[in-house]
Amino acid sequence: MTALFDLHDVVVARAGRPVLTAVSLTLAPGERLALVGGNGAGKTTLLRTLVGLETPSAGRIVAFGRERRTEADFHEVRARAGFLFQDPDDQLFSPTVIEDVAFGPLNLGLEPAAARARAMATLDRLGLAHLAPRVTHRLSGGEKRLVSLAGVLAMEPQALLLDEPTNALDETHRDRLIEILAGLGVAMVIVSHDRLFLEKLAGRAVLLKDGRLAPASLHRHVHVHDHVHIHGLDPDHGHVHDAAER
Amino acid sequence: MSETFLCASDLGPRPRLDRLDPRSRIVAALAAVVVIVTIRSSLVLAAALPLVVLLALATGVAAADLGRRLLHVEGFLLVLVVLLPLTVPGPEWTSLGPLTLSRPGVDRAVAIALRVNLAALTILTLLGGLEPVRLGHALARLGVPVKLVHLVLFAARFVTLVREAARRRLDTLRARAFRRRTSLHTLRTLAHLVGRLLVDAVERAERVDEAMRCRAFAGRFALIDTDHYGPADRRFAGALAVLLLVPLVTDLLT
Repeated sequence: MTALFDLHDVVVARAGRPVLTAVSLTLAPGERLALVGGNGAGKTTLLRTLVGLETPSAGRIVAFGRERRTEADFHEVRARAGFLFQDPDDQLFSPTVIEDVAFGPLNLGLEPAAARARAMATLDRLGLAHLAPRVTHRLSGGEKRLVSLAGVLAMEPQALLLDEPTNALDETHRDRLIEILAGLGVAMVIVSHDRLFLEKLAGRAVLLKDGRLAPASLHRHVHVHDHVHIHGLDPDHGHVHDAAER
Repeated sequence: MSETFLCASDLGPRPRLDRLDPRSRIVAALAAVVVIVTIRSSLVLAAALPLVVLLALATGVAAADLGRRLLHVEGFLLVLVVLLPLTVPGPEWTSLGPLTLSRPGVDRAVAIALRVNLAALTILTLLGGLEPVRLGHALARLGVPVKLVHLVLFAARFVTLVREAARRRLDTLRARAFRRRTSLHTLRTLAHLVGRLLVDAVERAERVDEAMRCRAFAGRFALIDTDHYGPADRRFAGALAVLLLVPLVTDLLT
């Protein structure tokens, strides 16, 4: 099967500054790729380039089997690759959750009733059906993240581009997100600083540095360390405290 | 239009004018506009036009900027220039097929076009490149009510933020395969977008207000600036007075 994305020596500048100097990248169907790199390395720019929100000054982008150059080319790419933005507040704009999730399917040309049904089914699948009539800007941070994911998944994408999806999520919502993503089976590019999250999901890692991509390894060491726990004061908290701590 | 001209700090610094007290520039712009609307002779106005263009270029406005900004103005004028000759009653000037253009209508259209262009050029020349913060401070020192000054200062700060928010949100719409079409879906989407920008702006305003009150803001800014009226301003005022008197007297004599 052919690759979903295939980039050759792509160059992108933002505000006159070169961000990506020569990026080559392949994403196979079903592959989960971790994209790591420091702050300002250009990870978000690379994701934006994949769906044509940034225009490369050189290089070739092949997506879903065709070379893509113009805004019209990328329209089809956006219909097949779901982009989850870093700040869910940027993405949620409709008054209610159900309208926001139905927005993508409507853009794909579905009839309003069908789009609504698809949106409802997606929310249901993610266990968010109870949120459907809620007003988007009154959701909690975790709910906003999951609803914005529903908005992307409702388009039934073949690939997901996730920009720091666990940002500002508590553990419950993060575990929920991992569980949902692990069960999807679609290809993903995951930008994250959350190593545990990457370890659970990603099969391969690449490092973006100085505008180029290099293979990276994602592996586990045994460290001996202590860390901070926070829990309520009831005695039934399920672990033993050090004697020194008491 | 006010944004195109007054917040035109993207014109870059204008070293010659920036040496002046910004109050001089504001008063000068006001005086010049008053003179422009007072002059009745289209001939005098037409003669002033190349002069003002030269002054604009000489004080450091790039020709490309000048053209681009004037184009906005011509857009507004187009309707007037087309409609006035057709609608103002009076003796016929010429006729195009079934349409007759009246003499007074053409005169009026020409005069208005000249006045608006001159006024726009003058404001661009004198206030273009003036940083919004300096503009606000100068207005305060000219005795403009403090509430209006706050509005100017806040608008200057937040217009860019709202514009960025709008751009980010449009990107997220495009990422979900949205295209503008002539459809109810497009209209509803854009309406939701505008609504959301308003809600965001109000919420941001509330947060800013809270943050300001936490820093002991009680409705008054201490405006800190170092501009003062000096010899350069006196020379500028003298030259401007001569420049404005010449067309005014010529107009009275013709």
